[in-house]
Amino acid sequence: MTDQTPASAPHKRTIDAVNASLKRRRAKERRFRRLGAAAVALGLLFVALLFADIVGKGHTAFQQTYIKLPVVLERAQIDPEGSGSAEVIARANYLGIIRAALRAHFPEVTARRDKRALYQMVSVGAPQLLRDRVLADPALIGTTAEVWLLADDDIDMVVKGQIDRTLPESKRRVKDQTLGWIERLESEGRITKRFNTIFFTNGTSREPELAGIAGALAGSFYTLALTLLLSFPIGVGAAIYLEEFAPKNRWTDLIEVNINNLAAVPSIVFGLLGLAVFIGIFGVPRSTPLVAALVLTLMTLPTIIISSRAALKSVPPSIREAALGVGASSLQTQFHHVLPLALPGMLTGAIIGMAQALGETAPLLMIGMIAFIVDVPAGFTDPATVLPVQIFLWADSPERAFVERTSAAIMVLLAFLILMNLAAVLLRRRFERRW
Amino acid sequence: MITTVEEIQRSTSTAMRSGELARVRESRETVGDYSVPDARMRCRDIEVWYGDKRAIHGVNLDLGRNEVLSMIGPSGCGKSTFLRCLNRMNDTIDGCRVSGSIQLDGEEIYDRALDPVPLRARVGMVFQKPNPFPKSIYENVAYGPRIHGLTTSKAELDALVETSLRKAGLWDEVKDRLEAPGTGLSGGQQQRLCIARTIAVSPEVILMDEPCSALDPIATAIIEELIDELRANYSIAIVTHSMQQAARVSQRTAYFHLGDLVEVGETNQIFTNPQHRLTEDYITGRFG
Ligand SMILES: Nc1ncnc2c1ncn2[C@@H]1O[C@H](COP(=O)(O)OP(=O)(O)OP(=O)(O)O)[C@@H](O)[C@H]1O
Ligand SMILES: [Mg+2]
Repeated sequence: MTDQTPASAPHKRTIDAVNASLKRRRAKERRFRRLGAAAVALGLLFVALLFADIVGKGHTAFQQTYIKLPVVLERAQIDPEGSGSAEVIARANYLGIIRAALRAHFPEVTARRDKRALYQMVSVGAPQLLRDRVLADPALIGTTAEVWLLADDDIDMVVKGQIDRTLPESKRRVKDQTLGWIERLESEGRITKRFNTIFFTNGTSREPELAGIAGALAGSFYTLALTLLLSFPIGVGAAIYLEEFAPKNRWTDLIEVNINNLAAVPSIVFGLLGLAVFIGIFGVPRSTPLVAALVLTLMTLPTIIISSRAALKSVPPSIREAALGVGASSLQTQFHHVLPLALPGMLTGAIIGMAQALGETAPLLMIGMIAFIVDVPAGFTDPATVLPVQIFLWADSPERAFVERTSAAIMVLLAFLILMNLAAVLLRRRFERRW
Repeated sequence: MITTVEEIQRSTSTAMRSGELARVRESRETVGDYSVPDARMRCRDIEVWYGDKRAIHGVNLDLGRNEVLSMIGPSGCGKSTFLRCLNRMNDTIDGCRVSGSIQLDGEEIYDRALDPVPLRARVGMVFQKPNPFPKSIYENVAYGPRIHGLTTSKAELDALVETSLRKAGLWDEVKDRLEAPGTGLSGGQQQRLCIARTIAVSPEVILMDEPCSALDPIATAIIEELIDELRANYSIAIVTHSMQQAARVSQRTAYFHLGDLVEVGETNQIFTNPQHRLTEDYITGRFG
């Protein structure tokens, strides 16, 4: 077969044509791959920037400045009768005790105005903290104790370097006089930064150094728990009914179109609906996790229904036939065979819906979750706020110290979102059939 | 009964040359006797519609006791559709309507009052593609008896699983790994597992829709042997594309064409001496 036969000619030409175009095809593929990689890199870059910015701004909020002063806890002032009763001890004038300690440490300050500036170095929450301290350890009464007092947010900002000490006095919130006192305390080793437990144990406050996310976290927890409890069973039930039992007619088509539309409705509309229906008609108390959960359930239901239906659709029909073929009823087929296979997909949809709900702000503003609530909610019907709304409120506050707290709260929110996504992955792994 | 296609074709062409039979050429009336005495299942005037498309046109056919009835015919002629009528599997298809009368032991199965769930326990089905549940081998077989409450104790269930697997000729291969996933078996083993799953609920009839089409010749031979053994206890209707298979396993054969039952009769007679031109064309390989 050495000579050119007509039969082999077209074969050769095909190969030539393939070879000729091969380079172009490869180049195209390479270009496409590079474009994809570039897109991913760009996305990662912005995520990295976002995290760097938030962590850069927020990490300082996890520490809080304290001032150490010798505090004279005279028995005559706190518990004159020596009764040791908590009620009496709690009623003592700790503000006066702290002020006396400040005056004693800075004896040169005498003018009324200067004294007021001096008193302001310590947080308005300090007396309460001192009271708690004494209540916890009554042996302190009658002694002079070195006590770490919570510093005011301005002092905190100076110590953390967020207020520039080199600026001219007129451009600074903290005056030269106060700065001098801070420097003196620093040189005496009487200023330290400690882990900011208040941030995690307190509700919100007008005073940044007393503001925490505990209230918002509890509110988010109750809201999400109730949302999941409501939306997962309802959503999965609706999906199973629509996918497996409902007759395919004009009504179910209409319902399907509407569910898809609902998924695209701006979330604030659900807030308005909640305001009008749940609060207006049914009289559900506003600003509560209960009403928030009802609104968020409405909002996440379409997501859960759509993803659950997709998960059900992806179960091969041969499994259904197999089950029906041995005489399982429709419900048994669903619950014994289809649902276990669809569950990972359903859970993923539910967790994505929950993550969406956790980050949702707009509809909750409409139902009063924006109210200023200091107390940590203890149930579904206590007034509460949620984490993203708290972030929204803090971001709006003028105090410098709220900037870092806003970022810190965002970090906590992101941590929860990442945890939830991780949970989604782990759940998938766990429920996915090993074969 | 082992017949090769060459044999069949030879005898057919002999018969044709001799011209001793007046063959039916074009009629769509069923040729041959579709009824059998004391039938297990009796189908009369079956029509099946998918939406407004008619897939089966007035079919009459009986399935006898302890017999294997094979259904052959070109693709799309309605074999699967007809088979799925027999255990009301067609109920699950939207827009599918069935009319006519199908009786199982004299009982009308399309009766409104009849629940398809117990019906499917009496008329089991084996599908074209092996479809074991994504559960253990044991669970696959135990599932049917469990939902129907056929056994009262674990020991009884274990015994039932074993006998079913034995009847399906799979026991020796899987007895050491009953907890292994059913989907991890080979294709042929999976299909035998599906047969074991079907016979575990002791049906009266087993429907098989091309049970060997996804299997190699060795696995096919094992299943064919199995079908022959199962005949002792069950009535079997099998759809197949392989004429050799129909000839090997069945006693009666029905030839479908575009929704009509064209010819039915003793397998031997259908393959050696078809009465209808369409049947003859099909089995001699001129059509389909
Ligand atoms: N679910 C369905 N919806 C609409 N039409 C269908 C459906 N299933 C089958 N049909 C139609 O009914 C006719 C018979 O189909 P059926 O599956 O019974 O054929 P078959 O003989 O089993 O073919 P094959 O040998 O290829 O399996 C075909 O024309 C097919 O297009
Ligand atoms: Mg078919």
